[in-house]
Amino acid sequence: MGHPFFKNVYLLIGAGGLAVILLTMQDRGYSQTGRGTTQGNQTAPNAKAAAPFDPTGYWVSLITNNWRFRMVPPAKGDYAGLPISVAGKKIADAWDPARDEAAGNQCKYYGAASIMYQPTRLHITWQDDNTLRMDTDAGTQTRLFQFGNRTAPQGRSTWQGSSVAAWEARRANVGRGNNTAPSARYLKVTTTNMLPGYLRKNGVPYGESAVLTEYYDLFQEQDGTRMMFVTAVVQDPVNLEQRYIVISHFKKEPDGSKWDPTPCSARW
Amino acid sequence: MKILYAAAIAIVVVGYVGFAQGVNEAPEGVELTGNWVSRSFTEWNTNTHRAFDFLGMPLNEAAHAWTLSHSEEQASEPERQCAFYSSTYFPYGFAPLPMWKETELQTGSTVAWVVGGWLDVVPMVIWMDGRPHPSTYAPHSSSGFTTGVWEDDVLTTHTTHMIANLLHRRAPHSDLATMTLRFSRHADILSLTGRIEDPVYLSEPLYVSREWELSSVPVNRAAVPCTIAYEGVAEGTVPHYLPGQNPFVEETTKLWGIPLEAVQGGAETMYPEFRKKIKDKYVRPEKCVANAAELAAGGCGGPGRVAPVIN
Repeated sequence: MGHPFFKNVYLLIGAGGLAVILLTMQDRGYSQTGRGTTQGNQTAPNAKAAAPFDPTGYWVSLITNNWRFRMVPPAKGDYAGLPISVAGKKIADAWDPARDEAAGNQCKYYGAASIMYQPTRLHITWQDDNTLRMDTDAGTQTRLFQFGNRTAPQGRSTWQGSSVAAWEARRANVGRGNNTAPSARYLKVTTTNMLPGYLRKNGVPYGESAVLTEYYDLFQEQDGTRMMFVTAVVQDPVNLEQRYIVISHFKKEPDGSKWDPTPCSARW
Repeated sequence: MKILYAAAIAIVVVGYVGFAQGVNEAPEGVELTGNWVSRSFTEWNTNTHRAFDFLGMPLNEAAHAWTLSHSEEQASEPERQCAFYSSTYFPYGFAPLPMWKETELQTGSTVAWVVGGWLDVVPMVIWMDGRPHPSTYAPHSSSGFTTGVWEDDVLTTHTTHMIANLLHRRAPHSDLATMTLRFSRHADILSLTGRIEDPVYLSEPLYVSREWELSSVPVNRAAVPCTIAYEGVAEGTVPHYLPGQNPFVEETTKLWGIPLEAVQGGAETMYPEFRKKIKDKYVRPEKCVANAAELAAGGCGGPGRVAPVIN
């Protein structure tokens, strides 16, 4: 066993094993060197550079559930599946689309708390290095997600409100050294300062104090299809008895050839 | 010198074996164990959908023919009473979602994750130990065969070998159907999203989802034993409808004013542009309509109709 040949064999086996371990660890993401991570105490230069995935492009919603509440305006008084409160029901029972039109409020169902649950296409772009812009063809709305250490700005409320965004990680900053941050995995967006709007087209309300929290997950299927799932949580202690949670599905499209801007409608 | 070489090799081997076991483990800080409950904001209660209602489902012509002939009374056949739903139930069903992991006693490594069963569905075992799926011709079961991997900090599962069964809203899936689920946790919310493929009955993948909240209240973890009893359908009988005789085909249109071309499903009904096709055909009901039993079950919703999560 003392023959040089065996020494070389031992050496090769040892080195090979070590290489396999290191490669496997890299595949598992333990190297912490991918996009969206921070290296040691260095912070990522901006939100665009730190993005763990590329959300830009055209996306189309797939309406495979709650279809009759989303694709067509449901009947007045149909609140099935919504944790509507007594106060909220009082407002919804008085829903009158003609009155909304007369008051110029035909976009009440196109606010941030409901626009993502609608049948729509999205066009997502980086407006600048720390602002993600999302346009919808349904209602021709624009949302701006502001990254950075910002607090929700005050001032005049809008349909889309003020959105503060961050790349977040599910896992804690544990193990593998104290200087490494966990890799970001999803986009979290918190929206406030919204004008009162509708969660459902038949007048189910959310108020100006409502808070919308969204979690964006992107996955790629084995056939190459890219999907984005948006988990939306609406908290409105006035109009809702508890938080309201729904998930919207979006499929990536190759281009904007099906982009079809349509104005807000209070009736359709 | 030989001792040093041997020690180096031993360290490498032991280290790699230990690491290989670790690839099945949830990333540190990510925990799925717990009792997950859904308020069913999605597809809620009996008044959310009807007996013939395939809105937004990418059913193909074969599925369309199947749905026209299908009678719900088939569930009362003695031969089918204990058949249970397949694992496609989980992102659709009303059952809670208790999750736990089974570990290897000696090393503590995770062998499988388990999603608990319910009255009409058996637990789904998600094998995490790297075992392959069975051969194409291996026996199928209602739960099928499921393996899982961690994609970064999301548990992704793949299910095959399910027996032909009911998909959502009484649509069919074949024994060639497969399902990919993703368990993605955001604080105390679990987003369960998935994709169901079926070369026999679906023209495009069907994407599904349901939202779950962590609860401290224990929930049922196992399927309930099933006993066969006479439910009005004699053994050997297969309730069905001959062409043109399904009495429920027009129910959704009459109740909710939604045209039949939407009700029967199809891939185009999933996309926003389908709204243009039915805009002039849809008739919005003046008020919410439900029968007495449905109203008693909260058919039109309202305050107090959605129970809060206890946590």
